[in-house]
Amino acid sequence: AMLGLQLPLLVTVQINMELLLLTLLAFWTRLSQLSYPNAVVFDEVYYGQFVSLYMKRVFFIDESGPPLGHMILAVGGYVCVCLCVCVCVCVCVCVCVCSCAEYPSGVCVWSLRLLPAVCGSLCVPLVYLLILELRLTHCTALGAALLLLLENSLIVQSRFMLLESVLIFFQLLSFLCYLRFHNAPHSSWSRYCWLLLSGASCAAAVGVKYMGVFSYLLLLGVACLHTWQLIGDRAVSHVSPASPHASSVTSSHVCVQCVCRCVCLLLVPLLLYVFWFYVHLSVLYRSGPHDQLMSSAFQASLEGGLSRITQGQPLEVAFGSQVTLRSSASQPVPCWLHSHKANYPIRYDNGRGSSHQQQVTCYPFKDVNNWWIIKDPGRQELVVSTPPHPVRHGDIIQLVHGMTSRFLNSHDVAAPMSPHAQEVSGYIDFNVSMPAQNLWRVEIFNREAESEVWKTILSEVRLVHVNTSAVLKLSGVSLPDWGFRQLEVVADKLNKGHQSSLSWTVEEHRYGTSQEQKEREAELHSPTHIDVDSNISFWAKFLELQWKMLTVKQEESEHKYSSSPLEWITMETNIAYWLHPSTNAQIHLIGNPVSWGVANLSLSAYQLLALVYLLRRRRGIKDLPDDAWSQFVAVGWLCVGGWAVNFLPFFLMEKTLFLYHYLPALCFLFLLTPALLEHTHSHLCLAHRRALCVCALAAAASVFLSYRTFCPLTYGRPELSANQLQDLRWRESWDILYRRR
Amino acid sequence: MTLLDGEPTKEYQEGSGVARLGYSFNFLMAKGECTTQWSKTEDTCSTLRNRKAFLSSEKQQQDSQPKDGDNSQTAGHSSKDGTQSSNGTSAQWTDRGTDPPRKETHSSVLLLLVTVLSFSTRLYKIMEPAHVCWDETHFGKMGSYYINRTFFFDVHPPLGKMLIGLAGYVTGYDGTFPFIKPGDKYEHHNYWGMRGFCAVLGSFLPVFAYLIVLELSQSRTAALITATLLIFDTGCITISQYILLDPILMFFIMGAVLSMVKFKQQTHRPFSAPWWLWLVLTGVNLAGALGVKFVGLFVILLVGLNTAWDLWGLLGNLHLSLVDIAKHFLARVVGLILLPLFLYVTIFAIHFVVLNKSGPGDGFFSSAFQSRLIGNNLHNASMPEYLAYGSTITVKNLRIAGGYLHSHWHLYPEGVGAKQQQVTAYLHKDYNNLWLVHRQDENNTQSGAPDLVRHGDIIRLEHKETTRNLHSHLHEAPLTKKHFQVTGYGINATGDANDLWQVEVCGGRKGDLVKVLRSKVRFLHRATGCVLYSSGKTLPKWGWEQVEVTCSPYLKETPSSQWSIEDHINPKLPNISLSLLKPHFLEILLESHIVMIRGNSGLKPKDNEMNSKPWHWPINYQGLRFSGVNETEYRVYLLGNPVVWWINLASLGLYVIMVAVASVALQRGVPLDQRRREHCCVLRRGGGLLLLGWLLHYAPFYTMGRILYYHHYFPAMLFSSMLTGITLHILLQSTDFLLRPPYSYWLQKVGQMLLLFSVLYSFYLFHPLSYGMRGPLAHEPASAMAGLRWMDSWEF
Repeated sequence: AMLGLQLPLLVTVQINMELLLLTLLAFWTRLSQLSYPNAVVFDEVYYGQFVSLYMKRVFFIDESGPPLGHMILAVGGYVCVCLCVCVCVCVCVCVCVCSCAEYPSGVCVWSLRLLPAVCGSLCVPLVYLLILELRLTHCTALGAALLLLLENSLIVQSRFMLLESVLIFFQLLSFLCYLRFHNAPHSSWSRYCWLLLSGASCAAAVGVKYMGVFSYLLLLGVACLHTWQLIGDRAVSHVSPASPHASSVTSSHVCVQCVCRCVCLLLVPLLLYVFWFYVHLSVLYRSGPHDQLMSSAFQASLEGGLSRITQGQPLEVAFGSQVTLRSSASQPVPCWLHSHKANYPIRYDNGRGSSHQQQVTCYPFKDVNNWWIIKDPGRQELVVSTPPHPVRHGDIIQLVHGMTSRFLNSHDVAAPMSPHAQEVSGYIDFNVSMPAQNLWRVEIFNREAESEVWKTILSEVRLVHVNTSAVLKLSGVSLPDWGFRQLEVVADKLNKGHQSSLSWTVEEHRYGTSQEQKEREAELHSPTHIDVDSNISFWAKFLELQWKMLTVKQEESEHKYSSSPLEWITMETNIAYWLHPSTNAQIHLIGNPVSWGVANLSLSAYQLLALVYLLRRRRGIKDLPDDAWSQFVAVGWLCVGGWAVNFLPFFLMEKTLFLYHYLPALCFLFLLTPALLEHTHSHLCLAHRRALCVCALAAAASVFLSYRTFCPLTYGRPELSANQLQDLRWRESWDILYRRR
Repeated sequence: MTLLDGEPTKEYQEGSGVARLGYSFNFLMAKGECTTQWSKTEDTCSTLRNRKAFLSSEKQQQDSQPKDGDNSQTAGHSSKDGTQSSNGTSAQWTDRGTDPPRKETHSSVLLLLVTVLSFSTRLYKIMEPAHVCWDETHFGKMGSYYINRTFFFDVHPPLGKMLIGLAGYVTGYDGTFPFIKPGDKYEHHNYWGMRGFCAVLGSFLPVFAYLIVLELSQSRTAALITATLLIFDTGCITISQYILLDPILMFFIMGAVLSMVKFKQQTHRPFSAPWWLWLVLTGVNLAGALGVKFVGLFVILLVGLNTAWDLWGLLGNLHLSLVDIAKHFLARVVGLILLPLFLYVTIFAIHFVVLNKSGPGDGFFSSAFQSRLIGNNLHNASMPEYLAYGSTITVKNLRIAGGYLHSHWHLYPEGVGAKQQQVTAYLHKDYNNLWLVHRQDENNTQSGAPDLVRHGDIIRLEHKETTRNLHSHLHEAPLTKKHFQVTGYGINATGDANDLWQVEVCGGRKGDLVKVLRSKVRFLHRATGCVLYSSGKTLPKWGWEQVEVTCSPYLKETPSSQWSIEDHINPKLPNISLSLLKPHFLEILLESHIVMIRGNSGLKPKDNEMNSKPWHWPINYQGLRFSGVNETEYRVYLLGNPVVWWINLASLGLYVIMVAVASVALQRGVPLDQRRREHCCVLRRGGGLLLLGWLLHYAPFYTMGRILYYHHYFPAMLFSSMLTGITLHILLQSTDFLLRPPYSYWLQKVGQMLLLFSVLYSFYLFHPLSYGMRGPLAHEPASAMAGLRWMDSWEF
C-alpha cells in the first residue's frame, strides 16, 4: 500500500501482472492439449447429438435446459466447419461433427471443446475480481483464484464439451457486475451499464441451465434488499429532482432508480431469455426426431415432416372428409386413432367379457388404417357435397373407419384395461345383439381462439358420445398381445376440465370423392396434396416449447455413477469419464480433496462465527466495527448464499444427479475460504498472525501437491500403473478402473 | 375523533368520558412518538394500542407506569414500552372483571352467536346419509379396530383414529360394523357418536378463528367477517360432518394457533399462571395435531418460527439478563418441545397397548414386534430351533420395515437385465414368501434327521411355489444400477452355478449353527461374491410395487444385507417353544414411523384415479364426491362455497398489495395518522402470521410426490379465511381515502352488508352440496342445482 502511494503507476502494473498471470495459468491448465482424448467423453455424446442437429438445422427438444447452452456449444461446431473450409481438409472432415464415437480429426475436437474451456479459464480471473469487489485484499483474491485454478474437478469439467463451466462463468459474471454496480459512486450513470450486464449474464446463466434460476433469485433478493434500503433513505427525494441539501447523496430520485433496477434485472433478462428461444426456433427450421412431441400445428410449421404431408390440405373439415385423428396427448407416445380387422377377445384373461366387436386403438405409426371418414348421420353418402358442408361445434357426426367401414361405437361395456371406462369398438350392423350407439357430438375445445368450424390441425376436438355423454379418450395403457400392444382407447365419463388425453386433432385431411368402397381404399392409400398454409406465431411456438420442456418427464433411472447430494460434500463418489481403449490411462471427475476439505471447513467455520456474532450483536456487544461487519455479511450472502442456492434445491429434485452438479456451489465455497482467512487475520487472530500466515501457506502448498497428485486422472496423462492407481484411491468408495494386462 | 376510531358509532355511544380521555391521551402519546421516532423504521408497530386499553382509566395507566420503572421484566425497548403497558392494563382489566362495561357482554353475545350458528350448521342432518361416505370406510374401520383391539397399519399417526374409536365406544358403538366400502348401509349400528364427535370438533373451527382474528386485529368486525366466511362455507361444513381425520386435525391446528396468539398476549407478564396455561395448551395442541396426521408438522413449524422470532426479540431486549432469557428459552423448550414429544410418545404407547391382537398390519413389522400380538403365528411361537436342510422357511430382511424375500410367476420385463423370474421383497405374509433350503448338490435329504445348516455352508434356496432357485448374475439390478440383479432361475430346482449362496451368521465362526429368528444371516453369492441385499426402493408397476432385491458387491454389514429366518417348518425336527426378546418401546416407535413414512410416500397416484393438483385448490376447481353418483342416489359433494373461496383468493392478492403499499409508506416515512399506523401494524404483524400459516399449509404440497386430494387444502383455507377477515376489514376502514367522513362511513357499512349478504345468499344456493341432494344432476334444468354449475369441472 505504501508503495502504491508513492508510485501509483507501478501498482496498477502489479495488479495487472497478477491478473494476467492467473489468466495465463488458467488458460494453460484448461486449454493445453484440448484435443486429447480424441474420443467422445461421457456426456459429450449427449451434447454432441444436439450440436450436430444444430449443424443440420433440425428441430429438437432438450428438456434438461434452455437452448443457450447448446447454442454456445454449436458455435464450436461452426468454428469447426470454418476451420475445415479454411484448412481445405477433405469434405468428409466437415461431416465429422459428432457423427460417430471417435472424432476423426483433432481440429473439430479442439474447436468443440474450446468455448467451455475458455469460459472455465475465465472463471479464475473473475473470482479474483469478485474478491476485490468485496473490498478484500489482493492476497485473498489470489488465494481464491488459486483454489479455483488448482481444482481438478473444475479442470476436467471445463475441458470437455459440457455446460457446467459456462454456467459458472455466467453466474460469477452476474455477481461481479452487480457488485461493480453497487460499489460504484451513486452519481454516475455508467454504473447502470454494469447492472445491465449483470441482468444479461443472469439471463445467460438461466439460458444455459435451469439451475441458474436460483442464483438469479439470490441476486434479485440482494438487489431487492438494497433497493429497500434506498427507499428507506430519506435523503433521496421521491420523484422531484434532487433538492439542494441532498445533492451530496445523489442526483437521481427513488422512483427512477427503482424503475431502472426493475428494467435491468427483470425485464432485460426476461426478454433475453425469450430471445434465446427466438434464435433457437429460427435456426432450427427443419423437422426432426422430436417432432412428434409437439402439436400438429407446431409440426406443420417445420420444414419437411408433417408440413410436407399436410401442405395443401383443405382447412375446414366437412361431412364426407377423410381424416386421421391424432391424440393431443403425447404420453406415452404420440398416436393416431386406429382400427383394424381384429375383434376384442370374447373373454379377457381375468374372466371379464367384452362386446367381441372390432378393436379401436391408438397407433403410434402412420398407417392406412388410421383413416376415418366423417359421416352425416342424416345422409348415406360418404363423399363431400358441393359446396362442402363444414362440421361445426356441437354437430352430431358418425365416424366410419375407412378400410373396414365399421362405425366408431361405444356402449356400456367395460373397456379391456380400464374397466371403469366404456369400451370403444368398431360396429357394423351384422351384429344385432347390441344396438348401435355410434353418434358422436363434436365439441371444439379451443373455439374461442380458433373458430366454431372444425379446422385441420388447429382445432382441438372432443368427441362426446351422444347416448352416454362419455368422451373419447386415450387411456395410455398398452393392450396385451391380442391388441398388438397398441394403446387403449376408451370413452370416459369422468371428463374433468382440459385434459390433453381427451382431445383430438385432425392431422391429415382430404375431401372424400369416391362412393365405392374399393375406390375409397385406393384413395386412402394415395397421399394427400392440396394447398393451404398454417403458420403459428413465434409466441405460440415459444410457449408450447417452453411448456413441453417443463412438463415432459424423461424416464429417470439410476446411473452407475449417479449420486445423491449428501455424498457430494464429502466427495463420496467420482465419475469415470474416459478410459483408454487399451491402456490404463483414464480421466475421472475427482475434485482436489484438500480444497474440498478446506472449503467445507470454512463453511462450517463461517456459520459458527456468524451465529456467535449475531447473538452477541443482539445483546449489544459489537465485536466488529460496522464496515467490517457489513463486509462479513456481504461475504456471507455471496459465498454461503451462492453455495446454498446452488446446492440445496437438488434435495427437492427427482432427477438423476451427478457429482458435477455440485461444481457451481463449490466455486462459491472457494470464495469463502480465503475471505474467512482474511477476516480471521485482521479481526480474530491478532496475536498469532504469523502462525496463521504459515498455516495458509502450508494449506496452499498442500492444495498444489494434491492437485499434482491427481493430475494424471485429470488430464488422462501420463498413464499410471495399477499400483499407482491403487494409491490414488484415497476413498474406498471411489471407482477407479484397472485394466488387467 | 372519527379519524382515530375504528368503529365510530359504537365507540361514541358506549364510550364514556373516560374513554375519550384515553383516546386523547393516546393520541398525544402517539404524536410524541411520531416526532421522536420518525426516523426509526425498525419498529413502526410500536404505536399500536390495544383498543380495550382505551377504555381503561388513566389511573390504571399510571398503575402500570411505575411498574415499568422498577420491574425490569416488563420494561422493554423504549419503543416497546407503550405496547406492553397498554396490553397490561387491558389484561388486568379483563382479569379483574370489575365494572364490566356493556361492551364485554356485547362481545360475549357475539361469541355465543358464532358458536350457536356454527354448531347448528354442523350438526344439522348429521345422521344423513345413513351409509358409509368416502373415507369413512377407512377411519370408521380403524375406529372399530381400536374397539376390537386388532392391530392394523395406517400411514397416519394414531390419535385421530383413537379418538374416533373412543367416541364410538362411549356412545355405544360395538365395533362390529365392517365398513367394507362406501355406500354400505349402517342399519342398526350406532354411528352417530363418531360423526357427532367429528362435527363437534369441526364446529369449534369458526369459534377459534373468531377468537384468533379478534386477538390479532382487536377488531370485532374482522373477526365476524372470518366467522361468517367459515360458518357458511359448504366445504367446511361437509368435511366436519363425517367420520374423518380432518376435523380433528383442524381442531388441533386452530387450537394451537389460538393458544399461541393468546400466549403472545401474555408477553408482559411472563411466568404467570395464564402465561403457563397458554404455553402448555399450545404444546398440547401441537402434540394433538401431529398425533392425527403428519400435516401437523406445518403448524409446528409455524409455532416454531413464531417462537424463534419471539426469543430473538427477547434476546435483543437489553433490560433482560441472560438468566431471564435462559429461563424463557427453557420454558419454551419444555412447553413446546418436551411436552408435545412426551404426549406424542404417550399416544403411541396407548396405541400399542390397546392393539394387542394380530390383524391385517402384522407383516409390516419385525418378527420381534409380531410376537407381541395375540393370534400371530410368532406369538408363543414353536418351531425347530436351528435351520436345517430340507426346511421350508421365510426370510425377512432386517432393515426396518424390510419385507420377506419373495418371488412370483412374473418375469422381469424386457430391458431389465435378464428376462427371468422376479425376486422382490414383500411386506405382506404370503405363500410366495416360502423357500426351501437345499444342499448345493442334491434336492432333498431323505433319511433320518436332517442335517443342520452351519456358518460357511453353501446352499441353494428354492422358491417353493415356482420351483425356481434364487439366482444372481452380472446384470444390472433394475433400480440400483450399481448392484447385480437377483432372479428366480431354473426349473424344478435344477439350475446352474449362479444359484449357490454361502450362509454367513453375522459375528459367527465356521461351524456355528443358524438360529431361527435370532441369528442375523447374510447370503453371499458364490460366483460373483456379492451379498443378497434389499435396497428398499419400490419397483415400478411391472414389479407390483414391491421392494427391490439386489445382490450388492459392497460387502459392508448393514441391516439391508442381513436377513433373519422367520418361519421354519421341518416336520422331522422337534418344535421348540421360542420366546423372542421383547422389543424396546422406542424400537417399536421408530419402526412404526419408518413404516408410516414409507407408506405415505408409497401412495403414488394411480393411473385411473383422478388426481388433484395443488393449483386446483384455491380456485375451487374441483370437489370430491362424498356419496352418490347417479340421479337416484343421495349425493353429497365436498366443495367449498365458491363465493367464499373466491373472496379468499381475491383477498390474498389484495393483502399482498395492501401490505406492500403500507410497508413502502412506512419505509419512506410518509406521515400517517395513528389509526393508519395501527392498520399497517395489524396488516404486517397479524396478517403476516396468517399469511405464513397459509403458505406453510399450502406450499409444501407442491413438492409432495404422493397422491393429493382436495381436502388437503382445508387447513390452509382456514388461514386464508382469517387473513380475509383482516384484509377486508382494513380495506373497508380505508374508505376515507375515497370519500369524506360521513359518506365513507356509509360506504363501509354498505360494503359489510354486501359481504354478509353475498355469503349468506351463496350459502342458501349451495347448501344442498353439504346437506345432500337427490334428483337430476345439475346440468338438467329440473335439478335443484340447475344453473349453479359455474365451472365445468364441478361434478354435481
